Amino acid sequence: MRPPRNYFVRAFKRDAGMLSRVADSLYWMSRYLERAEHTARLVDVELQLWLDQSPEAGAGRWRFLLEALRTPAAQGPIDPTVLVDSLVFSRRNSSSIVSCIATARENLRHVREQCSSEMWEQLNRLYLDVMDSRPDARPEESWMLKSHGFFRAVQEGAHLFQGITDGTMSHGEGWQHIQLGRYVERADTLACLMGTHFKRTNMSADLAADQVVESAEYLEWVGLLRACVAFEAYCKAHTAAIRPLRVADFLVLNPEFPHSIRFAVDRVNAALHVVGDLTERKAKTPTRIAGRLRAQLSFSSIEEIMAGGARAYLENIRSECAQIHAAIHQVYFDYAIEGELAS
Amino acid sequence: MSASAVPSRVGTLPPLPDEQYGKAYDEMFSSRDVARAHYQALQRTLLRLDPEELRRSQQAADLTFLQEGITFTVYGSKEGTERIFPNDLIPRIIPANEWAQIERGLTQRLTALNLFLRDIYHEGRILTEGIVPRELIYSCKHFRREMRGINVPRDTYVNICGTDLVRMPDGSFAVLEDNLRVPSGVSYMLANRKVLKRVFPSMFQDYGVWPIDHYPQALLATLRSLAPENSPYPQDPTTVLLTPGVSNSAYFEHTFLAQQMGVELVEGRDLLVHDNVVYMRTTAGPRRVDVIYRRVDDDFLDPLCFRRDSILGVPGLFNAYRAGNVTVANAIGTGVADDKAVYAYVPEIIRFYLNEDPILQNVPTFLMSDQKQRDHVLGNLEKMVVKAVGESGGYGMLIGPHSSQQQRDDFRARILAEPRNYIAQPTLALSCAPCLIDGEVESRHIDLRPYILMGEKVTLVPGGLTRVALRKGSLVVNSSQGGGSKDTWVLRADDGDGRAPKLADVAVKGLNGKGGAGSVATSGAGS
Repeated sequence: MRPPRNYFVRAFKRDAGMLSRVADSLYWMSRYLERAEHTARLVDVELQLWLDQSPEAGAGRWRFLLEALRTPAAQGPIDPTVLVDSLVFSRRNSSSIVSCIATARENLRHVREQCSSEMWEQLNRLYLDVMDSRPDARPEESWMLKSHGFFRAVQEGAHLFQGITDGTMSHGEGWQHIQLGRYVERADTLACLMGTHFKRTNMSADLAADQVVESAEYLEWVGLLRACVAFEAYCKAHTAAIRPLRVADFLVLNPEFPHSIRFAVDRVNAALHVVGDLTERKAKTPTRIAGRLRAQLSFSSIEEIMAGGARAYLENIRSECAQIHAAIHQVYFDYAIEGELAS
Repeated sequence: MSASAVPSRVGTLPPLPDEQYGKAYDEMFSSRDVARAHYQALQRTLLRLDPEELRRSQQAADLTFLQEGITFTVYGSKEGTERIFPNDLIPRIIPANEWAQIERGLTQRLTALNLFLRDIYHEGRILTEGIVPRELIYSCKHFRREMRGINVPRDTYVNICGTDLVRMPDGSFAVLEDNLRVPSGVSYMLANRKVLKRVFPSMFQDYGVWPIDHYPQALLATLRSLAPENSPYPQDPTTVLLTPGVSNSAYFEHTFLAQQMGVELVEGRDLLVHDNVVYMRTTAGPRRVDVIYRRVDDDFLDPLCFRRDSILGVPGLFNAYRAGNVTVANAIGTGVADDKAVYAYVPEIIRFYLNEDPILQNVPTFLMSDQKQRDHVLGNLEKMVVKAVGESGGYGMLIGPHSSQQQRDDFRARILAEPRNYIAQPTLALSCAPCLIDGEVESRHIDLRPYILMGEKVTLVPGGLTRVALRKGSLVVNSSQGGGSKDTWVLRADDGDGRAPKLADVAVKGLNGKGGAGSVATSGAGS
């Protein structure tokens, strides 16, 4: 008589999945690092634009910057040095660059044995460097002017970490959770940044007509592209003629550029499918939501999006991201044990 | 110490010019100039070496420890709490005949202590017969009433043990402490060997040293042999290592052992209990856990049963344990047998259960609960070492000869307030061995902690952690109190000449099946 079909499989149980705590830490580590990188780039670009601007235009800008970074603004006039300090060094702001890197490091420290030692060393080095460059002793004005080097170092440190991760860690489930964290965060921050940008630029007329922007607005749009490391890539695709409609198309729907929403959502999707297969989970809620979002982005045209209201569209993307996050959390990290055992 | 005791002069090095080391047994030299047989090859190697090379090797070793993050955490110190465990390059050598005695002695002792634990948590014969006073057991801080009547797998309570041995002035080994709860340090034993092989392969050349690298496998095999009968996969139980978390002093060791055994390193919050079965929370859903190698003290294991404020533990773990659905190693409640007052009775315990004389002696111990002994100790405090019975790691200790009047008064008051809580021992002259201190060879006091595994069978990995009191003249070897460690070699031969033809046979059986006398020495040094 033949043994039952899965007889050999059952002789030794298969250990699918990894510790939820570990997956959770890797996910958050990655999200925080992505956030630090994004903030560094955005503040860097804003500070450079600030130099090109008349003082009166300044005040409004800072509010938009805060909004683009999802940080609640204080009442009253904004002092740029205080603001930058709170976005970069403040430990009270949990989304400041220093806080983000510290939290990312803390998350990795708890699961140090799960990552390669090269990864740990790089993140630790980045953390120590950032802590070292706090301007406590130095006059802040001069720090602001010289800050470009600092922001660059943060971005490069994050890129290096990413490369080390890809090159030294097994691309198993843990690596997939790192991908998830990074791209969920990226889709969300991009949508938020673009929503704010559309709010502050007078876009509707230009957009509809697919016109090249006036010089007054030119800097804003270049700033947006720079904040997404997209200026050069955009020029390759559409030449240096900045047409808002094409910029929006590029940053929302381009499937090939790593800092477009579509690209990020594609990656989230891919990672969720792999994790779903590796863990053999029946509950596929995260995959379903991410797939829905992906389909939406794949089959939209930028004209339709603009006609239907770009800001509402971007808001919707953000809410989908939040749902994906909640679903990942609920299915993989913090499920109710009774339900799992009953099924 | 004569200032010019540089390594190049090791051969004529007067090892014991210092008063403080005068009485102690010297591991290396049998008389002023003559090295013991098993140290002679090492002496020749040291003589050959350029002092500069020795210094460089020590630096290379330190760097390796730093880079690999082989550190421990010191409690109660403000500045950076993570430190490297200082490592000393000159190995401590134990010849085969001495090791054989240690092995027999520890096996005997641990067997008896396991029978003792089973007895006091069941019938209590030894208490009824009055060998060990009942009130001593029931007043013990680590006695767990909850364990009464519970059967543990294979009736072994202590599965992983790290006994502290010291060598007395007459050269015999004695047991200083039985560490039956969660002994640590085994990772340093392995790391010391690995680093020494890397920076000093030449030292191994003249010796047939038993390898110790298989410790993690042996540990895993021991844990797996303890799988509960109720496990759905008794042949392939899921084993985990439970750590208190990153801030624990031995966290490095926890990650190291988990990695080497290939098991999950879990914290309390990763585990949960449902219907008296323990699960760990994985991304693929709950996975049943069969064996827990816990590195968490009894008190913190289960807030429902022990300390209610513990957040390190797993609510409901004890009930799952009682139901026989999970094994916890070491078993809960083993601390009663390494209580320092119970320690005094261990020779009697061995005689009672095994009807044998103890192979390894105890260190003389005075019980403070006994009026006569207490008076004697209080009159001679400056000559005594006083220890709190439930403490470990060198905390809560008074070293009489090195104490101030105020410290002695303090301890006197504490002893009188809680006599049951203290024991005293005469200050021991721990044996001493040559160590490399700031590039020079000097004598330091050492002890020895071999690791014993007890599951389906008893396994002693031939080696151990030799701890060194790095401060000159100091008797305290604990890592938290300025101690270091060195590699410990157990030889295949009595005299260190691993190429003796008789020993080739041992190696052939024990190791790789390759004959030939030469392969014995190299197999110790290679790989």
